[in-house]
Amino acid sequence: MSAAALPGIADTRGLQQQLARADRHRKWRAFSLTLPLLIFLLLTFLIPIAALLKRAVENPEVANALPRTVAALQDWDRSGTPTPEAYAGIVRDLGALPDSSDAGALARRLNSAVPGARSLVMNTFKGLPLEGTSAATPAADLKTKLLALDERWGETKYWLAIAKNGARWTPDYLLTSVDLRRDAQGSVERVDPEQRVFGRILLRTFEISTIVTLWCLVLGYPLAYWLSTLSERRANVLMILVLVPFWTSILVRVCAWIVLLQSEGLVNHALINLHLINQPLALLFNRVGVIVSMTHILLPFMILPLYSVMKSVPPTYLRAAVSLGSPPLAAFFRVYVPQTYPGIGAGVLLVFILAIGYYVTPALLGGPEDQMLSYYIAQYTNVTVNWGMACALGALLLAATLVLYAIYRRVTKTELSLG
Amino acid sequence: MKLRTLVGALAAVAVALPALAQQQITVVNFGGANANAQKKGFYEPFEKTGTKVVPVEYNGEQAKIKAMVETKKVTWDVVEVESPDVARGCDEGLFEKLDYSKIGNKADFNPAAISDCGIGIFVWSTVMAYNGDKLKDGPKTWADFWDTKKFPGKRGLRKGARYNLEFALMADGVKTADIYKTLATKEGAERAFKKLTELKPNIQWWEAGAQPPQFLVAGDVAMSTVYNGRIDAANREGKNLKITWVGGIYDLDYWVIPKGAPNKDASLKFIAFASSPDAQAEYAKNIAYGPTNNKALAKLDAKVLENLPTSPTNSKDALQFNLKFWADQGEELEKRFSAWATN
Repeated sequence: MSAAALPGIADTRGLQQQLARADRHRKWRAFSLTLPLLIFLLLTFLIPIAALLKRAVENPEVANALPRTVAALQDWDRSGTPTPEAYAGIVRDLGALPDSSDAGALARRLNSAVPGARSLVMNTFKGLPLEGTSAATPAADLKTKLLALDERWGETKYWLAIAKNGARWTPDYLLTSVDLRRDAQGSVERVDPEQRVFGRILLRTFEISTIVTLWCLVLGYPLAYWLSTLSERRANVLMILVLVPFWTSILVRVCAWIVLLQSEGLVNHALINLHLINQPLALLFNRVGVIVSMTHILLPFMILPLYSVMKSVPPTYLRAAVSLGSPPLAAFFRVYVPQTYPGIGAGVLLVFILAIGYYVTPALLGGPEDQMLSYYIAQYTNVTVNWGMACALGALLLAATLVLYAIYRRVTKTELSLG
Repeated sequence: MKLRTLVGALAAVAVALPALAQQQITVVNFGGANANAQKKGFYEPFEKTGTKVVPVEYNGEQAKIKAMVETKKVTWDVVEVESPDVARGCDEGLFEKLDYSKIGNKADFNPAAISDCGIGIFVWSTVMAYNGDKLKDGPKTWADFWDTKKFPGKRGLRKGARYNLEFALMADGVKTADIYKTLATKEGAERAFKKLTELKPNIQWWEAGAQPPQFLVAGDVAMSTVYNGRIDAANREGKNLKITWVGGIYDLDYWVIPKGAPNKDASLKFIAFASSPDAQAEYAKNIAYGPTNNKALAKLDAKVLENLPTSPTNSKDALQFNLKFWADQGEELEKRFSAWATN
């Protein structure tokens, strides 16, 4: 017989190659199908986050605008005033800036480190070139003239701010976001009590999120259990009632809560008409309003994972426990509830992580004591226009979320499953 | 014949289209009653000169202008900004420098209205107000405003350090002329925050200018700080809200042109038009904010004048907002305010 009679055996190597090629093709196809998603994630998720983290530590203003001054301040002992060379550096650096917008950026950066630096820098910039000076004027003369232009150059705090921010990268924004700062010598210390704000805000963010999560669990668990015991058709109908508010815009729901909760609103009217209270209760612009409406908005995120896990728990276990003599309540808590832990874990984590980033709801329904971290991020982005600080707070929120996720994985030893 | 008409019409359209497209500027304002007054005083009369005005509202976020200028995609032509932002934005190169030869004679204007990058639109004032229907004998001074025994009820204050620290010092007995000198010291700031703490349990915060008149009408607060024009707007709708002018803080809003704005010439023409005495007078008739062009005052009757923050009786005990102080100290004081409000 010729080789042609046994093609399979003779061609083993060729077949393997073909198989390998087919396999490679399949992998390539799978990869190219996911490629749009990967590119999408890269562009909309990874790059912005990297940019955010970069901005939180970036500090180019002083290094760009005042290179000679920073160099002259290298050997300064950071007390009293620096050498005349540093004064000459200021005069030359500011004089060499091409555009007033560079001075403006420098003024903004220094002012956020030490109040008053804005007008100092802009005054000096507008006062340059100093009268009767040239490139050859000795440094000591420049110092006298600069002090005559603005005597605040004799104060240590402005020089300290320049020296501290001479590097292109700074931990200052991140330190500030956890109520720390660097002192004159560069060692880390806590800020003054009346300036401590972010630690408390972070704590409050966690506190509100925890309360909202617990309420969601308390309200969502029985509902999800009830839904899971109904027939498919009735469960689907009721599920729509859960999902319709879920699909409604958050803003609409928040406004609806304002209508309901205000002092002349439906809730207060009803309570007064029932003679339960005499004065309208303060339900709006405080913690109550924030928690009520956040719980309402986040409830579906608790119900959906719980429901999908509960659907997969066989009802026979519970029946078996009861028929073996366990009281129904004990059977429920010791047999049924443990089987829903993955659903509880997923729901709690989802609600909590969504809650710590909430902005619109507390902004519209809360007072100043109820604002969460996102409010201050928006404040720094839009009002103060201190984007380094905004990014540092964003990084803090991101870190908090990652830590929580790590704890979740450690505790449950599972990947997050959303059903 | 028909064909020729058609071709002629098409050609005319083709010529007119780009021309039409150029004859349009985007003017950004703060919305509300003020935007309506601007529409009547500035936009509608200006449109008669052939340029369409597209009004857009914003909330004073300088970040939006900064983002546009930095990415070189400026879509706003003329923007109304508050005084701290004029100086700040000008220093940082966000705004075009104005060519006053195309706007008018500097000497005609309120001196505070003239700056490199912006020209004052109107003078407004933050004052205390109360509901005349509910409170017959209203507060006379800031000390009265703080006195919750004599005048029980909540107090509306703008959320933030600005204005409130000044008012607190006035309530604590500091003379109007010494307010900023006192506030610049560590003890002065301490004193202002301490005075604010006294009132804290009774404060209802507001953020949007439209809120305080609502609070007053609904009876949520007994008295409130408020932008004077909002009270005027509410009274035009038949409410009976009263202003106490003593110790008000007056300030200006400015027109600026973002750097790299698409229609600079038309924008300058708009600014020149809005700064003219006629337009300024028409605007002041629609909302009680004072004109920056002094020549407009002669065109207003006594009834309008008595409601303006610029009238001699109203401005007698008023304080001019100190832009320089807040440009330097603002970030620090606002942060401290956040810490204070959080407690």
